[in-house]
Amino acid sequence: MTTEEASNSPPAPPRIDRAGVVIAIVLAALAAVLLWDASQLQATTMYGMGPQAMPVIVAVGLIILAIANLIDALRGNLPPRESADPKPVLLILAGLALLIAIIGLGGGFILATSALFVTTSAAFGRRALVTDTIIALVMTTLIYLAFDRLLTLSLPAGPLERLL
Amino acid sequence: MDTFAALAHGMAVAVQPMNLLYALIGVFLGTAVGVLPGIGPALTVALLLPVTYKLDPGGSLIMFAGIYYGGMYGGSTTAILINTPGESASMATALEGNKMAKAGRGGPALATSAIGSFVAGTIATIGLAFLAPWLVDFAVRFGPEDYFALMCVAFVTVSATFGDSPIRGLTSLFIGLTLGLIGIDKLTGQARLAFGIPELLDGVEVTTLAVGLFAVGEALYVASRRHHAEEKLEPVRGSLWMTKEDWQRSWKPWLRGTLFGFPIGALPAGGAEIPTFLSYSTERRLAKHPEEFGKGAIEGVAGPEAANNASAAGTLVPLLTLGLPTSATAAMMLAGFQQYGLNPGPLLFAERPDLVWGLIASLFIANVMLLVLNLPLVGLWVRLLAIPQPWLYAGILVFATMGTIAAKPSVVELSMLAGFGVMGFLMRRFDFPIAPVVIGLILGPIAESQLRRALAISLGDPIVLLQSPMSATLLGIAVIALLAPFVLKGLGRFKANED
Repeated sequence: MTTEEASNSPPAPPRIDRAGVVIAIVLAALAAVLLWDASQLQATTMYGMGPQAMPVIVAVGLIILAIANLIDALRGNLPPRESADPKPVLLILAGLALLIAIIGLGGGFILATSALFVTTSAAFGRRALVTDTIIALVMTTLIYLAFDRLLTLSLPAGPLERLL
Repeated sequence: MDTFAALAHGMAVAVQPMNLLYALIGVFLGTAVGVLPGIGPALTVALLLPVTYKLDPGGSLIMFAGIYYGGMYGGSTTAILINTPGESASMATALEGNKMAKAGRGGPALATSAIGSFVAGTIATIGLAFLAPWLVDFAVRFGPEDYFALMCVAFVTVSATFGDSPIRGLTSLFIGLTLGLIGIDKLTGQARLAFGIPELLDGVEVTTLAVGLFAVGEALYVASRRHHAEEKLEPVRGSLWMTKEDWQRSWKPWLRGTLFGFPIGALPAGGAEIPTFLSYSTERRLAKHPEEFGKGAIEGVAGPEAANNASAAGTLVPLLTLGLPTSATAAMMLAGFQQYGLNPGPLLFAERPDLVWGLIASLFIANVMLLVLNLPLVGLWVRLLAIPQPWLYAGILVFATMGTIAAKPSVVELSMLAGFGVMGFLMRRFDFPIAPVVIGLILGPIAESQLRRALAISLGDPIVLLQSPMSATLLGIAVIALLAPFVLKGLGRFKANED
């Protein structure tokens, strides 16, 4: 249960939380995007507020919150974090990328979701790739038949779906 | 309309065979997802939205309400048998309930939570039936500035007042508001924050955001910390039935929990956390054997569970009468109404009484169904907890992406889903609450259009917001609710002392 920085710095005065600083910067950047986008709009309304008013209000709020988050981060006021393992996260994201690519290239629902199933299962520690692939294909085929045929939901069809 | 007549009429709608079937499917699904760690009622409603938009609106809404109630029942089972409450509202239940399960009293713990949920749910639904018409009469007179002020109250209470950190809560809310700005502005037809991407012109789909944050984000988060301790499932040992002593010790906490839960849920205050913890600390103070608390006191399960369910019913009051969601699940139900072009509020009570009262009446039926589903069938639900984690989360992700693929099978939409998933993961990791994002996305555009309508009527004079006594009062409440946590910094910390 060690936080990332706790091990290497003995009771130092308020530690700067680097991740917190990044969050503050992202919020400020988001506010900048909002303000830039609002400046591109035409204020056409005669009375009341135009379309650019609300983005400006939200942007001001974001700037205040960016400052507040920055103060919290500089004071080291953020709640402690447990260590996180990046590998399973990247594996699931790879699965999602694969899914998007297969859908985009017309590979169909069954192949795409099966790829996601197998990578997620592997991310959670399973090493039985063949078994999981068979389970995934059977399960997603059943889902496809149930939703596409019975509930008439249109799921994208690829080579496998055309065989059914 | 007279409440009794309306309710009788609603009952006639609710007992139609198709609606009974929808209610049964809803409570069944709700209990299942409540039991499964990693998915909650908000996500389930989000997943079902694309599947149900061709179905009958009344039936689907009855099903969604069944999911909401069922999720509350199922969540307590998980909290008692594994010491990992799926949602913060079940935290109090986990404190005592898991201790009871470890001491071989899991049966009575499950029973008192199910019966307590039934008692609280029924009383609170009666409260909903009587409070709703009264509030509707009141809300008919609301002008756009009053609605805007009301939404400000909801924004503040949901994100700032009752969370761990008002700054992080408000940050979540403003991210949601930013996402709500994306798309074509309805009044002028200009595109905001679309960056020339055609898919963004329609705005961010609520379901894509909710599924990304709740399902993908949760899966990433759980995967990232899998190397920490494994969860341990306590088998249900001993009799499921409560002894006479258990009953004696349970009935008062049930009623007190209901009294905490319903009003706090019905006020646009958001969240079941506060009433459950209020109920827990009250029971501890009033208990004859306070030394048992922390070791498995049945009062500590009975009270918070009742409070939890009563506040779920209470949340439906502002949702149905004002169109104001104060929890993530209520926000998803509002999206459910919207997909049929229905807007909850006074008008809906006048135009579609069959739908509204059928929904309210079906809640009574759902409660009875849930009692039956949860007591004798508890063994079935426990078996759900035995699904291996890899398959469970892989399955959740398949269903999660299926919803988006069915609604909009585009690369942009799926990339947004993955992006929201990463956002959900980071928000969990850095302890930002999720619900305010969803509520910001749904309520933000409504608040903006109400404000613009109010200002258009007043010819651009912002003083209109303070001229209406209702809106001035509500804005005052919003300011107080915003400043309170900063002024009374110690107030929100009672939770930490309870552990």
